[in-house]
Parts: sequence; structure tokens; C-alpha cells
Amino acid sequence: MVTFDKKGNPIIETEAIIPYQNVLGPTWFRFFEGLKEEKIYGTKCSKCRRVLVPARAFCPRCFLDMEEWVNVPSEGEVLAWVYTNYEYFGMPTKPPFITAIIRLDGTDSGFVHLIGGFDLSDVEKVQTRVKDGARVQAVWRKEKQGHIMDIEYFRPL
Amino acid sequence: MGRAVAVIGTGQTRHGMRAEVTYPDLIREAVLAAFQDAGITPDDIDGVVSGTMPSMMEGVALTHFYFADALRSVGKPILKTETCGSTGVSLAITGYYWVASGLADMVLVVGSEKMHEGDSQATMTTVAEPLYQRFFISGAPGAFGMQSKLWLQRYNVPEDKARDAAAKVSVDHHKSGANNPLAHIRREYSMEEVKNAPVIVYPVRLLDVCPNSDGACAVILACEEKAKKICSKPAWIKGVGYAGEEYWIGDSDKVVWESAVKAAREAYKMAGISDPRKELDVAEIYNPFTFQELLYYECFGFCDFGTACDYTLKGTFARGGEVPCAPSGGVLCTNPIGATGLIRCAEAALQVSGKAGERQIEGANLALAHAMGGVIQFNGVMILGSKL
Amino acid sequence: MEKHFHVREHEVWLPYRFSVGPVFNRFYEGLKEGKILGNKCPKCRKVLVPPRSFCPDCYVDMTDWVEAAQEGELVSWVLGRQEFFGMPMEPPFIGGLIRLDMTDCNFLHLVGGFDLEQKEKLKKLRTGIRVKAVWRDDKKGHLLDIKYFQPI
Repeated sequence: MVTFDKKGNPIIETEAIIPYQNVLGPTWFRFFEGLKEEKIYGTKCSKCRRVLVPARAFCPRCFLDMEEWVNVPSEGEVLAWVYTNYEYFGMPTKPPFITAIIRLDGTDSGFVHLIGGFDLSDVEKVQTRVKDGARVQAVWRKEKQGHIMDIEYFRPL
Repeated sequence: MGRAVAVIGTGQTRHGMRAEVTYPDLIREAVLAAFQDAGITPDDIDGVVSGTMPSMMEGVALTHFYFADALRSVGKPILKTETCGSTGVSLAITGYYWVASGLADMVLVVGSEKMHEGDSQATMTTVAEPLYQRFFISGAPGAFGMQSKLWLQRYNVPEDKARDAAAKVSVDHHKSGANNPLAHIRREYSMEEVKNAPVIVYPVRLLDVCPNSDGACAVILACEEKAKKICSKPAWIKGVGYAGEEYWIGDSDKVVWESAVKAAREAYKMAGISDPRKELDVAEIYNPFTFQELLYYECFGFCDFGTACDYTLKGTFARGGEVPCAPSGGVLCTNPIGATGLIRCAEAALQVSGKAGERQIEGANLALAHAMGGVIQFNGVMILGSKL
Repeated sequence: MEKHFHVREHEVWLPYRFSVGPVFNRFYEGLKEGKILGNKCPKCRKVLVPPRSFCPDCYVDMTDWVEAAQEGELVSWVLGRQEFFGMPMEPPFIGGLIRLDMTDCNFLHLVGGFDLEQKEKLKKLRTGIRVKAVWRDDKKGHLLDIKYFQPI
């Protein structure tokens, strides 16, 4: 049905709701099962020897299967972080939240997750708690579902 | 290398909030303007290249089908290119390959977006896969906010210096946009207004970011023979470069941004440019965020890594400086995503052919156009010049 | 033996606000009044329903508005039985291309007014039969103000 916007232009407001079923494949499945046991798995490339996390089926640079699995430490260094306190439609994680790229010890890629465990309501306060290069440690949810959010957040040490 | 190719005409819509027309009508506005500018008819066109953001943006899949009438592409071969934000430059490069290969003499290239018909952040969230990265996406500002902070930290740039330099970019570009009759945002802002605007994701504030715009841009590319016959001042495509990175955001260094460095290097090599800051007369860089523009100055070799803020504050990249950037107002004033990269090429073409009206940079002969796409993943560069 | 694959389900839920434009808006208003409006190209004189802002062949603005006939010939049709997620029409339904009298393109709508399970009725549908628009009482300015085109 036609309605009118603030300027009187005729518009039709509607929604598209589309369901998906993404296949996990053996690599993601094993990674998510690891999270259930509070293990963060990475994989190591036989050629370039880099450890990438989350675990991969193949090394993106060498294009070889990555078959060596590594249980990486759940502690590391914050490479970059950003504080979000605005909301848009369909946002998977509700604000306020802090997204971070974390270099877990002994790995060669950045792991994307959240930083938390303290009051996130004020950006000025957050700036005092989170520093670039800070050490952080994973904090796990009690109930695990084999999901990336089984890690609730990374807490600054 | 292929035949020489030139831009012989461009057309743009009035960009902004265009809820009074349907999407195909918007396309036609730009296409008619381009035909008129080039002085050709649709029959002269051998093929069409069309591109937009992912179809989910406006809720109609395969937009090039929807636009078949508006593009005058019925009965002609059509190529669709979709590379997120870098779509516009990808479109121009696709058209360039087509004509350079000799398989088409004249090609119509159209980029477009009708952002007010959809939800841009919600759509862009789907660029991140749903198993891992999607949970941490905070829209485009989030990803670029992280990149900016990485960059500041890497080169020990004091936060307030970066804040001032980024604010200067916003002030300068908005000033240019006020001078562009087709721009979406045509308002000037002061340094104070920019530095005190509401925070979106720290350190990015409201006046550091682009608007959501409706708009379309059409460009007509022709081979050397036809360009010389039809056009009094063709804008020659002197160099192109395009590169992308790994998908996972944590896998590549986003400061010495490999794809940006490589895309520029390839384009410079083709165009015979060795000292970009001295040789380029004008640059239209894809900068939905002010901080990112500063990083691009470094990745494109305009200055050494870590020094962009100094050069910016000196006025090197403003009108009257060594390399004026965004005389059109740039992406901060107008951002219909599928069109934006192509608008950069069109504006660069207008500059080197002396057709940029009030926004003309005097004596511009060599221009850089650029666009970036994905979650900090792809970069494309095109160099346009007045001489073959 | 069934193979089980591990999947992760999710939904993408996106809101839209389509710009209707003045031409389609007038078409919808015509429907509210029980009229099927079209327009005519000043150059090639073709009459198109629904109306367009520009003629797809001549690329010029379409200017003259006409009221199309409510009757015409069935060009082709298809019976939809399969249901898929988010389908705008609930099956079973018949989609049909109809050449309304004195127009120059085919109009896409529904064919109905009879029990779709009755095979003898379905057998009577063929290219060339006459069909006529049947309207709802409460019109909203929507394409489905026409309930269907009924074979006459």
C-alpha cells in the first residue's frame, strides 16, 4: 500500500525476511566444538608456518590445506579496538559494545571479538580502561552452544 | 596493453534525497545527461556496464535487469560489476578493459544507488559472514574507526594532531561541496563544529563521515579513433590498478594497506608517474571517513607513512595546494555507494578536460580517481589525463 | 541412509521504502477508483499498462494517459502450487499474462473466479480466450484491488 513520506512523496514500506542455512563444514564445526570445551583452535600452515585463528581449511596465502591444529592461548594483546554506541536496524550485537582485533599469544593473525567486563556506558571512562596493546583474557559463558559468542568477551588484565 | 580509451562524456543526477522518483528514473536522468554531454545517441553504444551495491540494498535483485530500459541496454551485451564501495572504479575499469580489448568501440558505464530505499548499515552488515565476524560488526564506521586507531598508534601520531588534520579534511571538502550544484551536502562547517560533532564510533564523529545519498553517474568510454572524431577534449585513461586482500579482517595489515599501495603502484606504472605528489594535479579519493583520507595520502605515495597529518595541516591537499583533493566535495558530501567510485572518475575526467565549471582546478592535466570496497578489503585506482 | 550436515541458521531481515514515483502513484489511484490506467508514447503511439514514466523503445517521456479496457485476451498462464518462504501470493493461484483490449503490451495479473482444483475448468484456459477484471469492493490503491481476471 502506498503511504507518503514527510515531503509527500509516495512510497511503499515493506520488509524482506530471508532465511538462510549456512553449512559449517568440518573446519568451522571442529572450531565451534572446541569453544564448547573452552578451547580456541587455530591452524598452522605447513609452508609459511603461520598460525591463524579461527582455524582455517586452507592458508589464504599459500593456498594449501591447513591440517595442523593448535590449541591457542586465550590471552593476548589488543591491536585495535572501537567503541560503538549507536544502533542501526538488525544489528547482531546490541550497543554499547567494544569490537577489538586481538593478537592471541603465539598466533599470526588478528582475532575479532569483544572487550568487556566493565561499565561501557561512557566513552571517556572506557578510554581509561582500554589501551592499545593492553593484555586481555577470554571470559567464557557458562552455557555453551558451539557459537563464537561462547566467549562472552575479553577482559583487560 | 590494448587500445587507448578515453572518457568522452559524463552525466550525473542531482544527488541527495530523491524519493520523488523511482530508481530506474534516476538512472535515466544520469544516462540522458551523459548522452547529451558526449553528443551521441544510444545506437552508438556497443555495450553497457552497470553496477550497484548488493541487490539487498534496494530490495530488487539483479538491478541491471531492472534497469534494462533505463540503461538503453535492450539488445546489447551487459556486464554487471559489484565490489561494494569500489564498484564505481571497478565499473570504469571493466568498461576500460572492454574498449581496450577491441571488442567494443563505445561503452556506457553506469553506477547508481538509491540508499533511502533500504537500510545501508543493515545491508552492509551482510558483507560479514554470519558465523564469526558478523557479530562484531558495528557498521562501516566501526571497521574504519579501528583502522584509524591502528594507524595513529603505528606511527605515534598524536591524537589531537590527527583530530585537527581530519577536521581540516572535513572543512575543506564541505567547502568544495557547497560549490558543486550536484552534491548532496552543500553546507560549510567550521573546525569547531567538526571537532565537537556527536561521536558515532570514537574517534569518528558525525561530520567525519559521508551521508546516505541517492544518485547515479553515467560515463561514456570510447576508443581512440572515435574519441578523436567525436570529442574535442577527451579524458584519456592513462593507468588502472586494482587489488584486494584476504577476507578475514584480522589477516592483513590495514595500515600499510597492501591493496591500496598496490593499486596505486600499478596505475602509476601504467601512467608513467614516479612522483605522484609533484605530477598529479588533482585527486578524487574515496573517503567516506576523514581519517581514512589521511591514510590514503600515505598509501598512494603522496607523502611518507606517518606524515599525512603534517602535510594536510599545511594545506598541501586543499585547493591551492600541491595536490588539491576532492574539488567536487568528495564522498563526504555525496555518497550513493554504487555510483560514488564512478563519480570520482567522472570528476577526474571533467577536471582534465577543463569542464569542471566552478570546481575546476586551473591547468589540471593529470588526475587520480579511487574507490575502496568491502570491510577494508579492495582498492581500485584510475589515472586520467588530458594528453594521450 | 541420510547424511547430516552441520548448518547454522540465520535470517536476514531488511526494511525498505520504495519510491513509487508520480506515474505509478497515479496508476494506484486509478485502481482505487476501479480504473486500469495506462499511458501512450507521443512518438510510437504505443499504449502501455501499467503506465511508465518513459517509453522503453523511444526513451521519451510518456505523456497521454488513457483508461485501458477491463477486458482482454489471455496470452499465457501458469498454475502455482509450490509454496516457498516469503511468497507474496498464497498458492494455489494462477498467474497470467493478459493483453487488455487496445493496449500494446501484456499485463501480468491473476486468473481466477473458479475452483482451481477443477480440472475441466483449467482445461478451458488457452491462449486467446476472453477474460474480464473482477474487482474487490474495498479498494486500497493496490494491484490486488483487482481480485483476478475471470474467463468469460
